[in-house]
Amino acid sequence: MDDTVAHLKLKSIRYRKSVLAMIKHGGAGHTGGSLSCVDILNVLYNHVLNVSPDNFSHPNRDRYVQSKGHSVEALYAVLAERGFFPAAHLETLNTFQSHFVGHPTRKVNGIEQNTGALGHGLSVAVGMALAAKLDSSPARVFALLGDGELAEGSSWEAAMTAAHYRLDNLTAIVDRNGLQITGPTEEVNALEPLPDKFRAFGFAVRQVDGNSVEQLLRVFLETPFETGKPSLILARTVKGCGISFMENNVKWHHKVPNDVEYASALDELDAAEAQLLEQLNPNAEVSSWN
Amino acid sequence: MTVNASVYHYVKPEIVAALASDEPFANAKQQATRHAFAEAILEVGEANPNVVVLNADVSKSIGTNKFAEKFPEREFNFGIAEQNMMAAAAGMASTGLIPFACTYAVFASMRALDQVRNSIHYPRLNVKIAASHSGITPGPDGVTHQAQEDISIMRALANSCVIAPADSPTTKQAVWAAAEYNGPVYLSFTRDPVPILFDDDFPFELGKAVTVRDGSDVTIIAMRDLVAQALVAAERLAQDSGVSARVLYCHTIKPLDTEAVLQAAKETGAIVVAENNVTYGGLGSAVAELLVANNPIPMRQIGVKDTFAESGPYLEVIDKYGLTSPHIVRATHDVLDHKARFTRPVSLAAVA
Ligand SMILES: [Mg+2]
Repeated sequence: MDDTVAHLKLKSIRYRKSVLAMIKHGGAGHTGGSLSCVDILNVLYNHVLNVSPDNFSHPNRDRYVQSKGHSVEALYAVLAERGFFPAAHLETLNTFQSHFVGHPTRKVNGIEQNTGALGHGLSVAVGMALAAKLDSSPARVFALLGDGELAEGSSWEAAMTAAHYRLDNLTAIVDRNGLQITGPTEEVNALEPLPDKFRAFGFAVRQVDGNSVEQLLRVFLETPFETGKPSLILARTVKGCGISFMENNVKWHHKVPNDVEYASALDELDAAEAQLLEQLNPNAEVSSWN
Repeated sequence: MTVNASVYHYVKPEIVAALASDEPFANAKQQATRHAFAEAILEVGEANPNVVVLNADVSKSIGTNKFAEKFPEREFNFGIAEQNMMAAAAGMASTGLIPFACTYAVFASMRALDQVRNSIHYPRLNVKIAASHSGITPGPDGVTHQAQEDISIMRALANSCVIAPADSPTTKQAVWAAAEYNGPVYLSFTRDPVPILFDDDFPFELGKAVTVRDGSDVTIIAMRDLVAQALVAAERLAQDSGVSARVLYCHTIKPLDTEAVLQAAKETGAIVVAENNVTYGGLGSAVAELLVANNPIPMRQIGVKDTFAESGPYLEVIDKYGLTSPHIVRATHDVLDHKARFTRPVSLAAVA
């Protein structure tokens, strides 16, 4: 395992701890979905996006739109660690007058667009990508979509437009965890064959294990997959990934762990972290984790 | 009887001269305000390279195909997909562009309302929504294209600014004002031609209602296409009954010019609000909300009353739903009766 991958894995574990701490402390949150997409956010913010607290107002920065706004805890965890705001602010999650509410808003530094109403984010990203093309800006646009969200027809309106305007500066990532709040997506309102659908809508499609930082690193480096086409990364993920008793369990869509569950989840993450640190070159570890 | 032109302000002399005739606008130049918008956006786009035009397959109907010819790289057709267009406009605005998103009012305010609310108004992004076919101005198109609720819906959104200009010259001024304003603006245009009422030097200022006819007995507050009807009604009241009716052209429904409305309430003691929109939540409601808290004088509402409309030629349809000048005249007499009862001095002697 090279150091980059090891450090990203370490970050994923720590982001997961942060997500759980936030939700436990705030008393509410989208646990399962945040845990399924946190590796995607990890790779994006640490290795893909040209965006940082220093360049966040620069017109040529890369844009990230989290269409599945409810998984905001993963985004908060990553933005805090990347220095967009002090991590202590996360303790205000869900409290009166905090900007850290249950869906993203632009009041939080680092967040590009208010989301939460599903089926908007890909359209917003299309608008940003069109603007970048118009301005001849090198900015790239990335949008994270939920799989359950794809039942919203506006997602497909946006997909059509992305292909029509040949937006190869746009990459959509589907957090394909297979579950939504009332059950498996294939039982609620079947999405498959999802890769074929996106191909038919004009996207260049790649499928990866969306909880594998190695695979994510590789696939993001290959964007755009085809000149003149928007890219679609179908990230096959596990809802609740990283905590054994939360994985693939729809019950954890919006559940707060009780004290016993929380302790048990942390034990699992501590064990994973310890195991990873053992494998890691200790000098490299210290230097890259700030 | 000749018209006393001195009480009118910014109204074209030929319009004033004909107001008392049987068919006041028979010889007036007319233009649908959607087409005035299309002309204005060409000039605004020329002056400001950040202005872009988005449309949902209505560029021929509204006339923005001229913008597309002149600035092909700055015009985006989204096809018949208003939701996508509105959220994409939000994304564009977040980069500093000034998108004018064009569609019909029913689709702007209802089909795409979720996007308009959550992706544009919630983050207060600088998107201009250019909505044609507002109110029951698309007479012959039927209910699916008659946006009798759009003003109420848009007014209910936080961070919204809602403008409904009466004619072409003030539409053009409204488009400039919207482009200069930083934040979401909803511009409401007519499908059908309406008379060109005002001079080009009309003092258009966003949020400022303008007295276009002096009067001391009652004030008729009107927006969009009913400003023409209000002017005719006011002149008819003067000619037939000696009633001195002020006409306040309230092109900006939100933010309401509270100062002008309260001044009219104080100085004339009775108000009629005329809008081609449902009586729930629009300009009439805005005025009523203001008056009830500050100066609850008698008031009447001209508007669509809890019904969908029939289809037919514009003027025939709006007449059926009580929106034309004779209805405004009747409502004015009614409110003046009320005012007379309302202001009758109480006899203290009788109480004692
Ligand atoms: Mg899901």
